[in-house]
Amino acid sequence: MNVVFWIFAPLMVLGGLGLILFRKAVYSALSMALAMISLAALYASLDAPFLFAIQIIVYTGAVLMLFLFVMMLVGVDTPDSIVETIKGQRVLSALGALGLLGLLVFAIGGQITTEPNTMQGATVAAGGNVEGVAQLLFGRYVWVFELTSALLITAAVGAMILAHAQRTQPKLGQREQAEARMKAYAASGAHPGSLPNSGVFATSNSIATPALLPDGTISQESVSATLAQRGAQVDSVQLRQVTSEAFADAERVGDEEDEEL
Amino acid sequence: MIEEYLYLSVILFVIGAIGVMIRRNALVAFMSVELMLNAANLALVAFAFQHGSFDGQVASFFVMVVAAAEVVVGLAIIVSIYKTRRSTSVDNANLLNQ
Repeated sequence: MNVVFWIFAPLMVLGGLGLILFRKAVYSALSMALAMISLAALYASLDAPFLFAIQIIVYTGAVLMLFLFVMMLVGVDTPDSIVETIKGQRVLSALGALGLLGLLVFAIGGQITTEPNTMQGATVAAGGNVEGVAQLLFGRYVWVFELTSALLITAAVGAMILAHAQRTQPKLGQREQAEARMKAYAASGAHPGSLPNSGVFATSNSIATPALLPDGTISQESVSATLAQRGAQVDSVQLRQVTSEAFADAERVGDEEDEEL
Repeated sequence: MIEEYLYLSVILFVIGAIGVMIRRNALVAFMSVELMLNAANLALVAFAFQHGSFDGQVASFFVMVVAAAEVVVGLAIIVSIYKTRRSTSVDNANLLNQ
């Protein structure tokens, strides 16, 4: 028990510090995963195998993945600003945290003087950890347990309503899209057909490589505007260099062979 | 022997509180709240071990259920704020302040 504690407690504190100190939200989430898994190990060391499993399934499995999903939705590359909007907030936070730490340590320090009872007796009496938890859950706390089901349903419905987006414009069907394209063609002469493919080169056929037009310039329409905006677009002219050099070499060899003949 | 667990729980609770106070990203602040809940859970399980009964473990189980519900609703709120304000910074949700 002590060995497990002294291995996982520092890991958990590290995870907690990483959570608040990393400026990128994804690193924070991964630090929290470290803290949660360490906490699961600590539960196991406290004779709570049921909570050990639940901790891993619920926290690292469900909650953290949900956090990561939302991070991907709202954009991962927005680092936290470090400008203080409230003057002296950081100093006051530090003072408040120190006060809280002092208060809590003062409250619990030296309060527990007896040796722990350990879970041994209760576990043997109930016939196992899960059985013991179940006896309480479906016995003394059954009403609370029923209430949690109401809570979970309310939360699920609430989340659906909050995240639901109502359409402000009717959805465009195939017909409307075709009509819009033909109108654009009539008005500005925009090509009504499909957009050109992305470029296919000897070393790359990614959708981020723009196709080259016959005159050697880049066709902007062949790459998604989002990729171009993010700066993910690859330089096709450079990619083409490999092929051009190979062709030049082949031609040179051909010329030399011609001369030898 | 149980005291170490309680001190660890206190340290984690304070770390979570600092995170809530200084981080501006709503998601990170929210994760700090989760850390505080977990610190409380650790204390509950440690007390269950000290008293040799399952009540603390069951309480910790209920805390987990409530935390899961809270995460679902909280993240939905963050997503809907992001939809209208294009930001997850808690400083930007200041409509009532203007």
